[in-house]
Amino acid sequence: MGWDLIVILIVPFAVSVICWWVPTRIARALTLASGVLTFVLAVLLVPAKTTTALSGWLRVDALSVVFLVAVALVYGATAVFAIGYVHPAGDPGSAARYNRRFFAGLNLFAWAMAMAPVVNGLALLWVAIEVTTVVSALLVAIDDTDRATEAAWKYVLIASMGLGIGLLATIIMYYAGSTVFGNAYELFYPKVLSGAARFPPEVVRLSFVLAVLGFGTKMGLVPVHTWLPDAHSEAPTPISALLSGSLLAVSFYAILRFYQVTARAIGPAFPRGVLLAFGVASLALAALYLASQRDLKRLLAYSSVEHMGVLAIGMSFSAPIAIVGVLLHVLAHAAAKSSAFFGAGSITRKFGTKDMSRIRGGIGALPWSGPMLVLAVLGLSAMPPFGIFRSEFLIVSGGLQDPRDAVAAVLVVGVTLAMLGLSWFTSRTMLTPSVEDSSRGEPSAWIVASMVIGLAALAILGVHPPGQLSDLLTRAAGELGAQR
Amino acid sequence: MAAVPAVPSIFSGSTEAIALVVLLTEFAMLRAHLSRSQVRLYAFQSLAVTALAVFVAATKHVDQLYVLAGFSFVLKVVVVPSVVSRLLRDARVDIASSHRFGVATMVLLAIALSVFGFFVVGSLPVHSKSLPAPALGLAAAVILVAFLLVTLRSDVVSQAVGFFALENGVSVASLVVAAGLPLIVEVAFLFDLLVAVVVFGLLMRIHHGRARTLSTEALDRLQG
Repeated sequence: MGWDLIVILIVPFAVSVICWWVPTRIARALTLASGVLTFVLAVLLVPAKTTTALSGWLRVDALSVVFLVAVALVYGATAVFAIGYVHPAGDPGSAARYNRRFFAGLNLFAWAMAMAPVVNGLALLWVAIEVTTVVSALLVAIDDTDRATEAAWKYVLIASMGLGIGLLATIIMYYAGSTVFGNAYELFYPKVLSGAARFPPEVVRLSFVLAVLGFGTKMGLVPVHTWLPDAHSEAPTPISALLSGSLLAVSFYAILRFYQVTARAIGPAFPRGVLLAFGVASLALAALYLASQRDLKRLLAYSSVEHMGVLAIGMSFSAPIAIVGVLLHVLAHAAAKSSAFFGAGSITRKFGTKDMSRIRGGIGALPWSGPMLVLAVLGLSAMPPFGIFRSEFLIVSGGLQDPRDAVAAVLVVGVTLAMLGLSWFTSRTMLTPSVEDSSRGEPSAWIVASMVIGLAALAILGVHPPGQLSDLLTRAAGELGAQR
Repeated sequence: MAAVPAVPSIFSGSTEAIALVVLLTEFAMLRAHLSRSQVRLYAFQSLAVTALAVFVAATKHVDQLYVLAGFSFVLKVVVVPSVVSRLLRDARVDIASSHRFGVATMVLLAIALSVFGFFVVGSLPVHSKSLPAPALGLAAAVILVAFLLVTLRSDVVSQAVGFFALENGVSVASLVVAAGLPLIVEVAFLFDLLVAVVVFGLLMRIHHGRARTLSTEALDRLQG
């Protein structure tokens, strides 16, 4: 068993290398094949209990599979979108060079993100997340404009500092383990969890706080979120979708792994308190910033900060239903946010700007992606029947069972404010009729197809998630200590 | 009569002294006027960290630390400083006084942060087998001052050097708490440095190519 993990380990990486050498047409096809294959393999892992490969270095349990599916979904949809994505500059020579770097980078980025939930152990997880930073920073800078360079510099500096702290957290957790296991041991999850109850509590506390601060930088938690709006808005659209839909989730996954150990070692109250503080700050600040955005992709970036806040708050509730909600939210956010970024890419192509004050009548100009972008934004605002409605409903009902039920009220208010900011944008840019007569038509059918994939997934998650998926979420919540 | 504190052994005395040198070098980086001297100070700081690793390896018989020290010497003392100074030479600019505050204010802030880091982390019940526990507090101080270096100096070289100094702080901390680290964590360390050099170097070059400066003054388009 475990061949599927090895395929996920090899295929996107190999495709990334091949894309460097082949013409753009073949690179697109290979990327699509790799994206679809990764998604299919991830879905096949859903019913399995625990799968290991390479003598334990690769291992997925229910928690990993949730995040692997989220990454693979966005990877697959982005591969479809990337077929319709065209390099902004004109001449064929530079376009070919750009495409070569772009497709090699895209696949490598997706590979590193898929590795994070698949590898077994805190140290390897850290390495995988570090690789995502390097590759994605270069992808943010790929457009080679002043703004892209600025965003990439801020991103790499802030994220590297954050990951430096994350490495310190990993080393300190290793020290906590060495008091039980002795010096030479591998940081495999089952091993660390088995001894966690005997770890020294102060040391575990320090490690957890550092982990939330460090990996929280990549996840976009306030106040260490400052790179996020810049990088999301200046990166090419497919990269923005991957950053927002998968990368933030993968960083959250790292925090959850530390949460798992910490909850086992010192009980869940302390990690919940830490996550609550970061979550409330993220939700509140993002909800306020959402109302004042002019740039379409920055608006979506702040919506990501808001949703990361919702995830952190959800983890702070003790009811198991809230944790199931959090894990469903990871999947639903991946589907909704990637569709929204694809729609934003379509708008940017059509109107030649991201400035929302200059975009009018979007729904008339773009007969398919216009309405679908409105649907994606409604999905992000937790409208039924979409997946985020279901997940936020679960989180809030979990919150109402919590002794700290006032937090659930804060959550509802924050999410509502965010919804107002998002709907204000939608009504202005999409529904207000345009004064000038703009042509009607889609820039690319592939963009429409990628949005259909995201929205279909979002609707399925909201209306009726498949039984095996619900079972997976329950098992993953159990691994996070939900039933106790 | 208060109890007479125990006299530190030669081992703990010398390791603490080296850790202190690492911290003091960072103070010097904070006040260094020219980027070039900042890079030299970084090389010196890395040398101190390498020396610390060799010292621990020799006295505690942790052989794999020699390998780590070797790599760390090559990368941090030779490669990173030479890449950055080469970039500075190519750019034909030397950034002088890019401070946001006066030197005195920065050093006072750094002292306050160091004291905070030293006492908060130093009070943890960490019993190290390899290094005396106060070194962990010093490492925390190094990491905190690195943040000052990144935020208070406004040129990309200082910011990158600040990140590398943070790495040195993490290295010292790891020597304290986990001298017998599993190999994979050590690989992570080296890997981190290697890619940091590549990415920072590349981005600095792009930034210089576009903005004709290494100052961060031009990096203010994205706000809000």
